[in-house]
Amino acid sequence: MSAVVSLSNVHKSFGAVQVLRGVSFEVGPGEVVAVIGASGSGKSTALRCINALETVDSGEITVCGHKVHDPALDRRALRRDVGIVFQSYNLFPHLTVAQNIMLAPTCVKDMGKAEARKLAESVLARVGLSEKADNYPEQLSGGQQQRVAIARSLAMQPKLMLFDEVTSALDPQLTGEVLRVMEDLARGGMSMILVTHEMAFARKVASKVIFMHQGKVWETGPGAMLDDPQTQELREFLHNGL
Amino acid sequence: MSLTPVHLQFIAIGGLWTIGLSAIAFIGGSIIGFALALARISPSPLVRRLAAGYIQIVQGTPLLVTLFLFYFGLAVIGLDRLPAIVAAGFGLVVYSSAFLAEIWRGCLESVPKTQWEAAECLALTRWQRMTRVILPQAMRIATAPTVGFLVQIVKNTSLASVVGFVELAQAGKLVNNTIFEPFTVFIVVAAFYFVICYPLSAWSRSLERKLNVGRR
Ligand SMILES: Nc1ncnc2c1ncn2[C@@H]1O[C@H](COP(=O)(O)OP(=O)(O)OP(=O)(O)O)[C@@H](O)[C@H]1O
Ligand SMILES: [Mg+2]
Repeated sequence: MSAVVSLSNVHKSFGAVQVLRGVSFEVGPGEVVAVIGASGSGKSTALRCINALETVDSGEITVCGHKVHDPALDRRALRRDVGIVFQSYNLFPHLTVAQNIMLAPTCVKDMGKAEARKLAESVLARVGLSEKADNYPEQLSGGQQQRVAIARSLAMQPKLMLFDEVTSALDPQLTGEVLRVMEDLARGGMSMILVTHEMAFARKVASKVIFMHQGKVWETGPGAMLDDPQTQELREFLHNGL
Repeated sequence: MSLTPVHLQFIAIGGLWTIGLSAIAFIGGSIIGFALALARISPSPLVRRLAAGYIQIVQGTPLLVTLFLFYFGLAVIGLDRLPAIVAAGFGLVVYSSAFLAEIWRGCLESVPKTQWEAAECLALTRWQRMTRVILPQAMRIATAPTVGFLVQIVKNTSLASVVGFVELAQAGKLVNNTIFEPFTVFIVVAAFYFVICYPLSAWSRSLERKLNVGRR
């Protein structure tokens, strides 16, 4: 089967700052790819390019058959296939948890209210928050909000999930509950790319780890690569904690 | 001569015209102002610039001058038989549209960018993002300053007297011209303005309080 995501020699600058300097990698179906690297190495930018939140300067990105680098890209079709979860949850504060989840299926897929509500309940059950359907986001803890954000993406039945440091704003106690949800997803065969600082989690769950350094894929390998880094830069990165 | 019930009634009717003119200014100004606020954050730079230009011209012109321009301008194009309320109404609608547009643009822009992005990533159209995600949040922020501006509109309708429209202030002036008791007359006029404006500012303040509590 062909790759779900493929990046080939992607370049991206913000003004004079070269953030991505020839990034290439692939994500196969059901594969879990962990992206690690120092702050500013371009991890978030790479994810945002994959979801067309940023446009690339050169290179090619193909996601679930969509040519993301093509100026004629149908962004909405791409977004139906790709879910993304951010560090800051970005739930809609004026809507209840269930309404947050039902919004896209009713707007984008023309699903009826009752059916969407059932769908919301089923994805909430998957993230262990069935009893919070009618609460507002501000009534939930950070970890619960983040799980709702994941559920909201799942409701669109994406073929690929992107996670950008989704546990970085959470204290360790709440981090675990979010990581468990992601692990379940991985086991269920979801293709995913996760930018993370949780090395233990990357080692355990990822089928492939990508270490980014200065806008390039510096080193890549299976989770075990973290125990036996080949480059000086990865060694230093792992040694310095984050 | 002193203030008689007939005079009071005359002033009260002026007060009703003030309320009517304020309503015209607010409703008309809201419709145009809302469209302008959307235009100000449009993806098209041309649309943004056109709206910004209109707003700058209107905000840069004293309301008094705007009212004269409409009064004499409508006469120039042959509409000089129209009642004064038409010129006054047009002038105030244009005036409030520009200010409401800027208030509302600020409210729309104060909704975090990440909300747009989250909605975009869920494959919502631009229209759906606006109506389902951004507007409901912006409207909460907008309520208090909008009601506050409504008070400004009520007070600024007094300028409509320059084009011969008999609203509250002009009614007071006319009464004073017959009884020469300026202090008494304008105390009464001021009391009428207070009765119209006070509930609005109290409402605005309570909305603001409610909003701040909701934030905490
Ligand atoms: N919209 C933007 N405009 C200008 N510069 C940007 C923009 N977004 C990112 N950058 C810059 O690009 C570089 C890489 O940013 P990016 O967010 O991709 O890094 P990161 O690897 O995700 O870092 P972190 O671990 O801190 O999240 C940084 O130097 C950042 O300042
Ligand atoms: Mg980042």
